[in-house]
Amino acid sequence: MTSTEYGIDLDAILQFTAAIPAMRALGAEVVSLKRGEGCLKLEWRADLVGDPETGGLHGGVVTTLLDTASGMAAFSALKAVMQIATLDLRIDYLKPARPEVPLFADATCYKITRNIAFVRARAYQADDDQIAASLSTFMLASSQMPGPGAKVSS
Amino acid sequence: MNLEQTFRAAIESRDPQKLCDAIPYAKFLGLRLDLDDDGLICRLPQSDEIIGNPTLPAIHGGIIGALLEATALVHLIWEGEGAIMPKTINMSIDFLRSAGAKDTLARGTITRQGRRVANVRVEAWQDQRDKPVAAAHGHFLIG
Repeated sequence: MTSTEYGIDLDAILQFTAAIPAMRALGAEVVSLKRGEGCLKLEWRADLVGDPETGGLHGGVVTTLLDTASGMAAFSALKAVMQIATLDLRIDYLKPARPEVPLFADATCYKITRNIAFVRARAYQADDDQIAASLSTFMLASSQMPGPGAKVSS
Repeated sequence: MNLEQTFRAAIESRDPQKLCDAIPYAKFLGLRLDLDDDGLICRLPQSDEIIGNPTLPAIHGGIIGALLEATALVHLIWEGEGAIMPKTINMSIDFLRSAGAKDTLARGTITRQGRRVANVRVEAWQDQRDKPVAAAHGHFLIG
């Protein structure tokens, strides 16, 4: 498919994601972005730990990374410039994250309808070392919310 | 003092904030735990670092998820007998309203507690208790 079939420029989504304050505070960065697919990386940090006895990252950190990767995947799959809002996020924690190892989140928008984007995502520390899985749904054009590619009136 | 001793000391001194202080990410978020007539209540103070959409502005959905999960965990530690850190099996989060750039409160309820698994519901709200910004239910390993 040519890029003109899509609504939002990938560079605009990259810029929007890089500027999210909550992502910056975690030190998360975009690894890759394609149409309907996004990958994020987070370096382990002591202040993001959930269980001080294991040193594993807090589940909330994993959730934040998965949610952002899922939003990126949904935005990149849109056929027109519009806003989206997360309806729900369901996350399974498969095993605790290991300390001092980076965490990755891969998300795929596997179905998009007129109203809803369906996204699945996985968090992992190595290809064969999956930490968590998530499914989320996003409402399209739910409001006039600003987001990537939004027209800003001057 | 190990984690279990820290939890026990917090419970015995009726000082839930000590639970948060023992969990690095809860400290990172600046979570405040208090007791009121209905039990444990958790406050996520507004800060620039939790914003997901600066133009609205709105708190990041993942951070709201983190608040809900942390609230469920501290609730289980507070109410539980073992003073152990529960392990989250899963969480299902409904985002009900955009969470504005202001303090967010959350409270958990244990809907079922077995020997190994507890089911917990959590709601988060801002100005109005009857207008939650998010609700979640989760399963937690407690033994």
